[in-house]
Amino acid sequence: MVELFIYGIVLGGIIALGAVGLTLVYGILRFANFAHGDLMSAGAYISLFLMSVLFSGMGIPDSNFAPLSIGWRMVLAFPLSMLAVGGVAIAMDRILYRKLRHKNSPAVMLAMSALGASFIIRMIILILWGADYRFYRPGVLRPALSLPLGVKIRPDQLLILSVVTVLVILLHLFLQKTKMGKAMRATADNMELARVSGIDTERIILWTWGIGGALAAAGGILYGIDVQVHPGMGWNFLLPLFAAAILGTIGNVYGALVGGFVIGVAQQVSTAFLMPTYKPAVAFLIMIGILLIRPQGIFGGK
Amino acid sequence: MSILCAEGVTAGYTEVDILNEVHLRVEPEEIVSIIGPNGAGKSTLLKAIFGLLKPRKGRILLEEEEITGLSPDRIVRKGLSYVPQVHNVFPSLTVQENLEMGAFIRTDDYSSRMEEIFQLFPLLKERRKQKVGQLSGGQRQMVAMGRALMLDPRVLLLDEPSAGLAPLLVSLIFEKIQEINATGVAVVIVEQNAREALKLSHRGYILAMGRNVMDDEAQALLDNEEIGRLFLGG
Repeated sequence: MVELFIYGIVLGGIIALGAVGLTLVYGILRFANFAHGDLMSAGAYISLFLMSVLFSGMGIPDSNFAPLSIGWRMVLAFPLSMLAVGGVAIAMDRILYRKLRHKNSPAVMLAMSALGASFIIRMIILILWGADYRFYRPGVLRPALSLPLGVKIRPDQLLILSVVTVLVILLHLFLQKTKMGKAMRATADNMELARVSGIDTERIILWTWGIGGALAAAGGILYGIDVQVHPGMGWNFLLPLFAAAILGTIGNVYGALVGGFVIGVAQQVSTAFLMPTYKPAVAFLIMIGILLIRPQGIFGGK
Repeated sequence: MSILCAEGVTAGYTEVDILNEVHLRVEPEEIVSIIGPNGAGKSTLLKAIFGLLKPRKGRILLEEEEITGLSPDRIVRKGLSYVPQVHNVFPSLTVQENLEMGAFIRTDDYSSRMEEIFQLFPLLKERRKQKVGQLSGGQRQMVAMGRALMLDPRVLLLDEPSAGLAPLLVSLIFEKIQEINATGVAVVIVEQNAREALKLSHRGYILAMGRNVMDDEAQALLDNEEIGRLFLGG
């Protein structure tokens, strides 16, 4: 049980990274980005490409830092993939969403276009890599560490938790201490007043997409390190992402983090009673429950 | 030379014109009130001046420079600041962060300006670390005005600064407006509280149905019986 709880925190961290981007974009644009899960897949596959094609071609060694399963290739691929997916998210906004926004298209049109974008990303992945499950480093034995209370945890999972922690702290510092971060919160509060104050809100929107995309990529790659990568992974994450964001009050970054961990833990702990295939149903149930009982989420006012 | 001038402004949110050939002139260091019944287009005029609404006809000049049709984030750089009637603060940000957002486009050290604003509204200094969403209506209005003043504007546009405030706070806010004006800032006030607003103004404009009805020295408007009966509530 303790073990499942810890696995839940690992999964929750990954969900949180995705949910933060979803909620940031929603906070600023009042737009539910159904393609956000697939940005996670995009990050995972860009890393796979960098490591298996580009870095191996450049002769960067494939050795891993024992007892972790990752090596130099991942150290390089991780930030590069975050940057790339940040760019993909910005490009999607420029090509698609911004045009619809400027035409004052109804919300359902934006939602449909996001759904379309999510299919496009998934299909590109299927065309380029096929439908197989893949590992970043096939064949690496993943020994578990034994902790007290009979908890077994893989070094990779500790690494994932550390990376999530660092990213969350960086995000917090960005939002609270930097001018751009404060302007982002201000724009989420009141876009018109932000413009009246001289804030270039289009630039804030770009930053929001960039950060949301980069964090989604991080979540996708970490999931790939923990489990494996496959083209449907991001789509499967969409439900937990929304459940986490809604649970933590949509638009609230810190709420999305808490929501992510709650959903992750609930999903993992449920496997003690239910078949693991029901994990997404657990997120779905929590989402329906929160929408029925407290639709404004745990951090929302009246 | 007028510091702010609107000439023949026609504007509306849809195809319907809310404003019809409206004119307004503000001299340096003046307080000018815009009064008139609900739906006269008073707030719309401020929005049109500040670029939140594109005028279909007419021109807006800030110190002889045409600013018609510029976006708000460009206009604010030219020395014009605007406080909307509602939603005029960032509730999830602290008092200090609200003021920082007012100074967003400043690249110099604005700490002395913030200190001046804290002197104008000492209460805000005490509450600087508090989230604005937790403040009362009067305190929020102070934050809103403080935010707009961070750029040292030459003209400040205030949309119904007394709306929804208790009478005691109304007079406090009006006092603050006079203090702000005394530092050399021209102020344009749109007010329902017409008589009080005119008392602290140099001149007043009366709008009705989106047209200019009359403009004169504030005292002359207050002394005019017909105006009093029609627009100042008897």
